[in-house]
Parts: sequence; structure tokens; C-alpha cells
Amino acid sequence: MPLETPLPPNCTAFLADAAAIAREIPDGALLGLPPDYSLPAMEVVRALVRRKARELRLLGVPVLGLCADLLIGAGCVKEVISSAVSLGEAGLAPRFTATAERGEIAVKDATCPMVHGALQAAEKGVPFMPLRGVLGADLVAQRPDWKTIQNPFAAAEDPLLVAAALSPDVALFHARWADRAGNVWIGRRRELATLAHASRRCFVTFETLREDDMLEDELLAPGVISSVYVSGVAEARRGAWPLGMADEYPIDDAHLMHYARAARTQGGFERYLEEFVLRAGIPA
Amino acid sequence: MTAYALEELLACALARLVGDAAHVAVGAASPIPATACALQRAKKGDRPRIALLHRRRGNPFTEGSRELFDLAGQGRIDVFFLGGAQIDGEANINLVRAEGRRFPGSFGSAYMYFAAKRTILFREEHSPRVLVPKVEFVSAPGWSAPGVWRRGGPQALLTGKALFAWDGGRRRFRLESVHPGQSLEEVRAATGFEFDCPPRVPATPEPTAAELALLRGPVAREIAANYPGFARRIWDLH
Repeated sequence: MPLETPLPPNCTAFLADAAAIAREIPDGALLGLPPDYSLPAMEVVRALVRRKARELRLLGVPVLGLCADLLIGAGCVKEVISSAVSLGEAGLAPRFTATAERGEIAVKDATCPMVHGALQAAEKGVPFMPLRGVLGADLVAQRPDWKTIQNPFAAAEDPLLVAAALSPDVALFHARWADRAGNVWIGRRRELATLAHASRRCFVTFETLREDDMLEDELLAPGVISSVYVSGVAEARRGAWPLGMADEYPIDDAHLMHYARAARTQGGFERYLEEFVLRAGIPA
Repeated sequence: MTAYALEELLACALARLVGDAAHVAVGAASPIPATACALQRAKKGDRPRIALLHRRRGNPFTEGSRELFDLAGQGRIDVFFLGGAQIDGEANINLVRAEGRRFPGSFGSAYMYFAAKRTILFREEHSPRVLVPKVEFVSAPGWSAPGVWRRGGPQALLTGKALFAWDGGRRRFRLESVHPGQSLEEVRAATGFEFDCPPRVPATPEPTAAELALLRGPVAREIAANYPGFARRIWDLH
């Protein structure tokens, strides 16, 4: 029986800034990212563009948006595994759409609960997770990591789709707080906890560093990811901008619309990069 | 007759399809389905419970985005809405690619179409480009072979021109009504798949004065919180 490489416990590193996290993410890594509405680490994404990351494989947990579109447009991405890539109310993700239509990146289409299931299997250390539905979708034939099995508990025919366990090389997201113990607080965004649990390494930017240990606080603890899963943290004030963080700052709709228009062409995208990624910091 | 927006007529038609559902989930970028659910609850007072997935503030879930799928898997979601870059006559939907164009992707459709008790298909554009004989890519199939677990499936297809009911036995759509101002001939010409058609096709009911009062009052205010652009456009609500 093969044994998978065990996932290591961590001693959380306190890194200088988002650029230091970007240096920890190697070219070619399978990088697990949240959707735009669920604490994306945009400042690290910009730092990945600045450090000219290459050949990244992006896993959408379960979908992707601006994070992925920026990385794709900047030539950092080889493959996208996601249930969707879009800018939500701002429309199609323009660089994803253009490069996928030209076949310049590989796209492995998923469906949301299969992504959650694959990560939950890795989180539990079991080889796969079964899920209802999906059978008959053209997605299935394109995914060698999804297989149909017979329900071992059913007397009658009962085909069931299973997702192979998936351990991303790196999980990356933003959090409201980190504390001195290396714990991070993501509140109700529990899919990020599953992503952190399933990944080999996990890097998190935060808004504010707390002096207390959040695991000692009964009200905060349910929204905490324990430092055992956290490889490194770094401060990034307004680190999700132009996306939002619940109760802290809303999504910058005007900026997102500006991006959606600018990035319709590669030239417009490059001007956007020049203005907002390569030179500038986050507007206050 | 009171003037009304097409969006208001569509919301009223969707609200009737939601009917007596106890729990409805509405995905992202779906202002008209969200309006329909809010209208239905305003009419009935207590139901349905509405899980708006991408609320700007707050959120119906505490277990992250997977909780919707867990709820649906348990049979706790009565109605879900799906659309498609393409929809075909067997109710298959395609959210991935068509005519060389790439679309965002399948989201949770391949699962929710099976697990929700009913799915209402909604696409405002009614053209041969969207309503095709056969989708290029099946994001989620409209029906499943016997022996394959499936709790629910399509209930109906509403477009900007007409309402079709789904006949699961015949695996075909049946034209239920044509919206005011549209003719059967126009609907036929704009539909790329074959469908059943009764000898006389009624017009889709127009919004009543009571429905319009609800839509333009409490419903509009509720929708503006999550779909400000839509509320501005339809109701001039700032």
C-alpha cells in the first residue's frame, strides 16, 4: 500500500512582507486560491507578477477571479484547474478568456463540490471523496482524477463519482488577523481552513497582528486556522484590495470595472500592470 | 393597463414557478431570480427561505462555500436557478465553451442540477445562438439514465420571450406561454431546438397591480442592497 508524503506541521515564519511570501512560492507550484469574495491575497498576487513567477498551476477553491486573471495576463500561469473563472458582476475575466480561447493555457474544468471534496479527502488523509451528481457531464471524461465506482453499500447498481485527494503545494489567502502564535483568523470562510489543512504549505497575509493567542479566546477560536497549518504570515494592510474584506472595506467596484475594461486587450492589460502592479502600492 | 418592465414580468413568472418552495438558493449575478424569490416571500409572508449566495454583506452560511452543496446533498434545497451559454432541447446546459468562445465555467451546476429538488432554467436572451439543438459541451445534463442517482432536474425554462415547461417523460420542452408582445412565430424562429406546442398558446400573465406594488416597494429596497446597479436601472432606486 503506497504511503503519501506526510504533510508537515509548521512553525509559522513571520515574513517581512508580501514580496517575501511571493519568493516562497516556487515556479511550477500548484497554488490553491480562494474566489474574489473569500479573502484573496491580492498583494501577494501583485508581488508574484513583480517577481515574474512562471508556470504556476492555479487551483480555484472552488472558483477564481481577478487573482487568476492578473497572473494569467502577466504570463505566470501554465494551467488553471477551476469550476469557473470570472469577475462576477464585472463580467468575463478578460485575460483568462483570451488565453483559453487561443489555447495558451491549459484549463481543467471542475465543478465546485468536486474541488471541495478533493481537498476534504486530502484533509482527512484518505485517497478519495465520493459525491452525488455530475455523472453525464462532459467534465468527467476530461478528469483522470475523477472516477466512477459502484456504491459498495448498495445492492443495486448505483454509480458514484469520486474525486482523488488533492494536496496543493501552496495555499495562499488573506486574513483579518494573525497573532503572535502564528494563528490566523478567517471567520466563516471555512473553505480556507480546508484548503490550509489539505495543502503542503500555507501562506497568509493579514491586516492586523494581535498580541493575544486567538485560540485562547472562545469567541474567536471557531474562526481560526491553527498555526499548525500555517507556514508563514506577513502583514499587508488592505491586502485584498481592490477586492473586499467583510466589515473592513468593500470591494472597489469602480476599480474592478476599470480593470475589466482595460484588460480586454493585452496592451490595455499591460498599461494596467504598469500603473497598478509594477510601480504603485495600494491606494489608501 | 399599467406599464411595467420586462424584468418585472420575468420576476413575476419566476415567482410563480418558485411556488410553495420552502428553501430557494440563488447564485451569483442573478438579480431577476433574486427579485422573484423576494417577491414570492413578500406575497406569502414567510416562505421561501432564500439563500442568496453572493450577498455583499452577511451570508447564509457558516461553513464556507461548500455548505450550499452539503445542504443540497441532504435534500434541503427545494429550488435552484441555472442558466447557460447554450441550452438544448434535452435541457442540457453548457457554461464552458461555444463557437470558439470560452465562458467562465460550470460552477456548481453539474451537482446542483441533480441535488436540488427542482431547477428553474433562466436565460433572458432567447435566440438560436443560445437555445440550440445540441450543446457543444455538457456542463450539466438535463436528464439521467435509470440507475443514476438524481433527486431533481429541470422544472421549466423561462426566457425573455417565452415560458417552457419540462416534460421529463418525453424529455422535451413544451411551450407554456408567450410573453405579451411576442408571437408564436417569433418564438419558433428564435428557438434552435424542437419543442411541443399546444394548439393554443396563452400569453404569459402580466404583473398585477398588487405584484407591481410589492416589486416597487419592499422588494426593490431588498434587492438594491445586493444588486445596486440593477435596482437603479429598473426602479431608479438609489
